Amino acid sequence: MIDSAAETLAPDTWTVAGRTFTSRLIVGTGKYKDFAQNAAAVAASGAEIVTVAVRRVNVSDPKAPMLTDFIDPKNITYLPNTAGCFTADDAIRTLRLAREAGGWDLVKLEVLGEARTLYPDMRETLKATEILAKEGFAPMVYCVDDPIAAKQLEECGAVAVMPLGAPIGSGLGIQNKVTIRLIVEGAKVPVLVDAGVGTASEAAVAMELGCDGVLMNTAIAEARDPIRMARAMKLAVAAGRDAYLAGRMQIRRYADPSSPLAGLI
Amino acid sequence: MADELLLTVNGEPRRAAPGSSIADLVIGLGLDPAKVAVERNAEIAPRSTLADVILADGDVLEIVHFVGGG
Repeated sequence: MIDSAAETLAPDTWTVAGRTFTSRLIVGTGKYKDFAQNAAAVAASGAEIVTVAVRRVNVSDPKAPMLTDFIDPKNITYLPNTAGCFTADDAIRTLRLAREAGGWDLVKLEVLGEARTLYPDMRETLKATEILAKEGFAPMVYCVDDPIAAKQLEECGAVAVMPLGAPIGSGLGIQNKVTIRLIVEGAKVPVLVDAGVGTASEAAVAMELGCDGVLMNTAIAEARDPIRMARAMKLAVAAGRDAYLAGRMQIRRYADPSSPLAGLI
Repeated sequence: MADELLLTVNGEPRRAAPGSSIADLVIGLGLDPAKVAVERNAEIAPRSTLADVILADGDVLEIVHFVGGG
């Protein structure tokens, strides 16, 4: 009978640009040993969306294995990403090609400001968001953890805002819980922490702050056992989400016994 | 008419027969046109038109696809 309570909970889904998903974990497809390991990690993570990059075909080796042979875009939503773009023009050009390659409008925009920190260039990011929205794209946008910038992106047509928790690939964990919470409180579109998560507890923190989801790549791909870490992240995101929905206890300054004081022998 | 066209494909010089379409080039490279996107002289070449667009001497083409990324 204990399990029946959990089973009667309403299904917990989230919706971005009219598409509804159950998994709140989005995973990248970079840095894996090979495509087979990548596919196994995606399966273990339970992710329904993966980020992908758009790059030149290697015309000297056209028969090289392709990502689409291992992760089927019919089953897993491909989210084309503009990683590596440092100007609005480059990012827009990349996403126009992505739309042609894949035929879908849901995309992830990131316009980077410098190679050392991979921090977003918000001036270029805002410019690109506005143009992409006008061209009919549904851009999910990587951004600084700044509640004002997040609102401005929303006004420009971002369908989701994706603040960094820490620099891309750093695994430092969420550095500023206050700003992530403020972004969540102010947003009318989904908020996903994108970048910085290094281990499972940090994914749970993002979800406990009320984020709609978490996006990660390196934390899984560079774990000693990526497939086990993918499963850990799936469980952490689910646990953090449940904890957020359940509403945590109030913090007390001192102890409060859990056993009744009455009836002590 | 020249015997062959000189193109730039993904940054590399490449030759093609006059009258070739973009689809001819893509298939000739051993690629599946359904799995790539093509930009010709900085403009998207829609997939539905690849067989109809005839290449011109000096065309600059980018042929891209999805790869693993974060």
